Amino acid sequence: MLRLERTTVRYGGSTALDGVDLEVAEHQVVCVLGPSGGGKSTLLRTVAGLQPLDSGRVFLDGRDLAGVPAHRRGVGLMFQDHQLFPQRDVGGNVAFGLRMQRVPRAEREDRIGELLDLVGLPGAARRAVASLSGGEQQRVALARALAPRPRLLMLDEPLGQLDRSLRERLVVELRELFGRLGTTVLAVTHDQGEAFALADRVVVMRDGRIAQSGTPLEVWQRPADTFVARFLGFDNVVEATVSGEAADTPWGKLPVPEGSSQGPGALLVRPAGVRLVPATQGLRCTVTARTFRGTHVAVRLQPEEAPALEAACPLRAAPEPGDETGVVFDAAEVVVLGNASGA
Amino acid sequence: MALPAVFFAVFFAYPVAAIVTRGLRVDGVWRLGRLTQVLAQPDIRHVLWFTTWQALASTALTLLVAMPGAYVFARLDFPGKQVLRAVVTVPFVLPTVVVGTAFLALVGRGGLLDDLWGVRLDTTVWAILLAHVFFNYAVVVRTVGGLWAQLDPRQEEAARVLGASRGTAWRKVTLPALGPAVAAAALMVFLFTFTSFGVVQILGGPAFSTLEVEIYRQTSEIFDLSTAAVLTIAQFLAVGGILVLHAWTVRRRESALRLVDASRTARRPRGAAQWALLGSVLVTVAVLLVLPLAVLVGRSLDAPGFAYYEALTHADGGTFLVAPINAIGNSLAYAVAATVIAVLIGSLAAAALARRDAGRLVRGFDALLMLPLGVSAVTVGFGFLISLDKPPLDLRGSWILVPLAQALVGAPFVVRTMLPVLRAVDERLREAAAVLGASPWRVWREVDLPIVRRALLIAAGFAFAVSLGEFGATVFIARSDNPTLPVAVARLLGRPGDLNYGQAMALSTILMVVCAVALLVLERLRTDRTGEF
Repeated sequence: MLRLERTTVRYGGSTALDGVDLEVAEHQVVCVLGPSGGGKSTLLRTVAGLQPLDSGRVFLDGRDLAGVPAHRRGVGLMFQDHQLFPQRDVGGNVAFGLRMQRVPRAEREDRIGELLDLVGLPGAARRAVASLSGGEQQRVALARALAPRPRLLMLDEPLGQLDRSLRERLVVELRELFGRLGTTVLAVTHDQGEAFALADRVVVMRDGRIAQSGTPLEVWQRPADTFVARFLGFDNVVEATVSGEAADTPWGKLPVPEGSSQGPGALLVRPAGVRLVPATQGLRCTVTARTFRGTHVAVRLQPEEAPALEAACPLRAAPEPGDETGVVFDAAEVVVLGNASGA
Repeated sequence: MALPAVFFAVFFAYPVAAIVTRGLRVDGVWRLGRLTQVLAQPDIRHVLWFTTWQALASTALTLLVAMPGAYVFARLDFPGKQVLRAVVTVPFVLPTVVVGTAFLALVGRGGLLDDLWGVRLDTTVWAILLAHVFFNYAVVVRTVGGLWAQLDPRQEEAARVLGASRGTAWRKVTLPALGPAVAAAALMVFLFTFTSFGVVQILGGPAFSTLEVEIYRQTSEIFDLSTAAVLTIAQFLAVGGILVLHAWTVRRRESALRLVDASRTARRPRGAAQWALLGSVLVTVAVLLVLPLAVLVGRSLDAPGFAYYEALTHADGGTFLVAPINAIGNSLAYAVAATVIAVLIGSLAAAALARRDAGRLVRGFDALLMLPLGVSAVTVGFGFLISLDKPPLDLRGSWILVPLAQALVGAPFVVRTMLPVLRAVDERLREAAAVLGASPWRVWREVDLPIVRRALLIAAGFAFAVSLGEFGATVFIARSDNPTLPVAVARLLGRPGDLNYGQAMALSTILMVVCAVALLVLERLRTDRTGEF
């Protein structure tokens, strides 16, 4: 229902969006993921009509939005820090979009009650905005964005400013809510956990371009390139030359899965695929650090003449810093990446 | 944007251009030498010298007297602080004529000190200096104290923990942070006292004449418009320089400072030193700010019954064609018209300036807009006098001339009040409204207006008080059968006899009460706001 064609936006010298093509289907939840300053917010502002395009086109339900001002686009946008109207109470905020649509008062009141129930704030209509906690403000902002029944709901870092436990709870609630309402959603976030939990489809953006697009599982299992791999938090990325089912790397010869692309490139080993063996076998490393991660221990290893790497060990078997150990690699946890752009 | 620009072009730039032409163009030829020639005349040089040094002395004296006040208001918490803050601010909005009259009643011939001890200061420069301190006390307390209250005391505590003594901590941490605010306040005071007109006109006598008074004298007594024009140009240049300097210091003040909520930094006074300081500030306020006004009211009642007030209702004595009391109606009507114009022009200009995408040109307009504020009312009045009296724009007989001049003086206050509030409205709040379906006009009504409504009221109140008390410009252009209150007061003071003197006191008292009430209403609005946002 939403389609972006070669959309480009420049600010002064820098390019915030660089020929982006993107499609969001009806009832789909799409999450745009990327580091801050990668052009994610610009993408939403462009669709909302708050940011003029330098080139390219935006279609909503097949209609070109060029020349349609923000207030006639019929999309909803939840701002990063909510932007609730400070001089109105909760009900006044939620009712705003309905008033703009000239919905009669009685109907408005019904809808406010309904929405506040939906977001888990029943009876809060007369409360002052300033008296709300961060999580409550977020819920009111969501209710306000949903009230006019937008064709497309956009969320800019929806949970960005909330603390971790609240975030984890709300992300589940949101996912469940969007599924129930059948809302079409385009969200942007820099938090991969949020994106993977919320989205049907994840789009990774970098410097105004789309680096990878796919289901959360696809992106997680097969990062398209070094940038995506590193952005997802994988550090074990090295240059490699693949021939057959083995690759030449600074860590020695590594096994790779069947059907991996051949030739020079980059390669990722997930920490779980780094197995510790006695020091006499495999790649010889010194343990430099140990970090407790709850379910496992992350062990930092320094080979003699190669980049450091990380291994995930069971809680009991983890070696101490200073220990010598050997390392072997598990082909199932090795991913050959696309071209090593900007490794 | 277009309307304010046209307004300032026609009613400010055009008159200023007319002044320049009148002063420097002789027989159709430009003579820039006129500038140096006139300024080199001994009596003019004397005026320039006096204008400058009295302004410097007034500024120094004001800082000396008001800095302890700034500290007390910023850091100490005591009962009645709100009331005292309002009392301190009243003088700033009082018409210069009222202040002049009040000091005349205190230190002038037949004044309170004269009666008690035979002391008269109106023949010395002290009367002028004291009146200037009276006026500008609030400028320093508000500008410096406002910032001081928001400075995080923990900064000073951090310095103490790092081994600085109390004095060193203040000198190394607080003073540098306050520096730009002190400089800005000092420049403001210098500007106001450099262009002082009403006070000097009333208290100065023949011996003390500032540039402003001299311009008026050249125009209305000697009828040498050419010399007056040259003096206005000199004044214009000096004020422009001061304003540039002021803009520069204000920009520096906006540098990154850790600011905190002012209400959390004030504490009850502790120790003898702080109590003594508080006491001395209270005494200063009582003697310097309250006493002159009290004496003014006293003098106005210094006749059996309300004789002076009653005399205001009669048109005899030849001072006026109409009863002085009519001046109240005139003043109010003019002030209302001026307020409407000033608020309209000022808020349109502020809205244009507040836009984030405002270009360099528009921002330059910001500084330009401040010019009438500093460029002295006399310039405005004189400019109107010589430029709007003939085609293409002949407003000589029109009543609108006075409100226009007053609006020109009041509009910068409107812009200054509105601009910070408009700038503080988050652009994304407007965007949020737009995305929810509000058209641009609806966005303004739903988002901007509720937030700025209070500021708009405050701006209107300020413009009203300024218009009501405006003297420098009005005295040039008010018609003798339609005087405003300040003009009427000045004219009464210029005539001999107890009755005229008493009437001047009575009329001043009325003017003071109206202005003070306007201000107290504003203060009420202002304090409400802090609780809300």
